[in-house]
Amino acid sequence: MSQRVGIIGFGQTYHRSRRDDVNGVELINEAVRAALEDAELTIDDIDAVVIGNMDHFEAVNYVDTWSVDGSGAWMKPLIKLTTGGTTGSTLGIAGYHHTASELFDVVLVIGWEKNSESDTTGAIITCSDPIFDRFSFSGALPGLAVEASTYMKRYGITEEDAALVTVRDREHGANNPYAQLQKPVTVEEVMQSPMLSWPVKLLDICPRSDGAAAVIFAGEQKAKKLSPRPAWVLSTAVRHSHSYFGDINYEEIHTMQEAVKELYKNVGIKEPLKELDVVELYQPYSFAGLKWIEAMGLCKPGESPRLLRDKVTHMDGELPFNPSGGVICTNCIGATGLLRIGEAALQVMGRAPGRQVPDVNLALSTGFGGAYWTDLMLLGSRPW
Amino acid sequence: MEKSELLHLQVVVELPYRWAAGRNGSLMLKALRDEKKIIGNRCPECRKVYVPPRAVCGPCFIAPDETVELPATGILAGYSVVNYPFIDPETGEKRPVPYTYGYIQLDGCDSYLSHFVNETDPARLSPGLRVEAVFKPDGERVGQMQDILHFKVSEEKGG
Ligand SMILES: [Zn+2]
Repeated sequence: MSQRVGIIGFGQTYHRSRRDDVNGVELINEAVRAALEDAELTIDDIDAVVIGNMDHFEAVNYVDTWSVDGSGAWMKPLIKLTTGGTTGSTLGIAGYHHTASELFDVVLVIGWEKNSESDTTGAIITCSDPIFDRFSFSGALPGLAVEASTYMKRYGITEEDAALVTVRDREHGANNPYAQLQKPVTVEEVMQSPMLSWPVKLLDICPRSDGAAAVIFAGEQKAKKLSPRPAWVLSTAVRHSHSYFGDINYEEIHTMQEAVKELYKNVGIKEPLKELDVVELYQPYSFAGLKWIEAMGLCKPGESPRLLRDKVTHMDGELPFNPSGGVICTNCIGATGLLRIGEAALQVMGRAPGRQVPDVNLALSTGFGGAYWTDLMLLGSRPW
Repeated sequence: MEKSELLHLQVVVELPYRWAAGRNGSLMLKALRDEKKIIGNRCPECRKVYVPPRAVCGPCFIAPDETVELPATGILAGYSVVNYPFIDPETGEKRPVPYTYGYIQLDGCDSYLSHFVNETDPARLSPGLRVEAVFKPDGERVGQMQDILHFKVSEEKGG
């Protein structure tokens, strides 16, 4: 029992640093209504709902229960999932699994977060081992900065190289009316921004946002009937590794290396730089836009700054990254991975006004979280 | 849209927890407290030495069965100098900054230990630097990771 699956609708909120005009249910409902409108469906067309966030950011647990009115899950099969930073990509992959199984034909997937409701770093720390890791851990930022410290030393990468990544994404974000940060910045501005956690500065790191995203998955026949151009799910790959932060290999992001190996093999991709058309990378900080694209096989280790300087990954380049502005411009954490999937789907469906890459056949979206975990979903314009 | 006043509720909560260290964790914390020793264990399959010691090697999915006493010396594998304020969920207070968050690879160990390093000038730190543990004095160690006060840059081969 299994069927091919396509994405037929995507909706998102206008993401902001603080949305005091809505509570959680209302924020969720905004994204759900936008997705239904995008797919030209009503809530009655939805067979099942998958929802998630990182509870500890709001400390209002069990979103599956309290959000039912807003999510549209009233009297429907409903499941809640949370996997840390990868929550959004996990949700999308679960929506795909639900639909591919043929147990449900049209599945609504919702990711959301109101990061303004707590101290983001304090909340993130509660994910770490309370006895061995927590006393010294200070959230996502230094956890990433450690990776940057080894990467810079090994390949002679500079802070200016990383700044190019922020400059690209902030330039792209200016084209996205939903992005939280829509103002371009310069390398000088990145370099002069406050040093938060050496070598990561304020403009190297993602913001914290309030926002929600909703994506609608449909089985093959339904997708063909309901959408003129579905974004077909061609392959997914998931690699979650260790529990203690001290077990992570900070030299290589081996979860990404292993996940892309599986995904490229599944669909027969040999030269990703040439064959992929657009990437929505879950890139929580600028240095990831260098090191992780090397892990994706786009160039040799240490050579990524050249791709940035030559604008290969800019909007008009060979392989545009983050036309939405990506995580550097918007980061409502439980929604972030699902925003990557939704934005990649828009690119395939040809419905990304202001930020559309021409003629997209293959769009790759990624998720990142936990102890350097990687999720991937490849979308395509043809079901096989 | 008409502008209306938007309200919110602000509260501070105190939620006490009690976390079990388990057999392996207790072995390590007891050795820290009573003998100023760092204990790890070795997987019989991949031969990797882990700290903290644990009941299962994830990749091999079997139990490390050999207790290994590790030296207090090693290298600084990676680090960051934390310079921004945040609420420490352990205390409810702002954690003092700047401080250096380091991953220390003890000599003979394959995994890292995350801990503090008492040097906060990034220019004086580098991956590969030799470091050593500084323990709290006798009578002040209580059986937690902070019984190691921090790691300091070793003088003999420093820099
Ligand atoms: Zn092993």
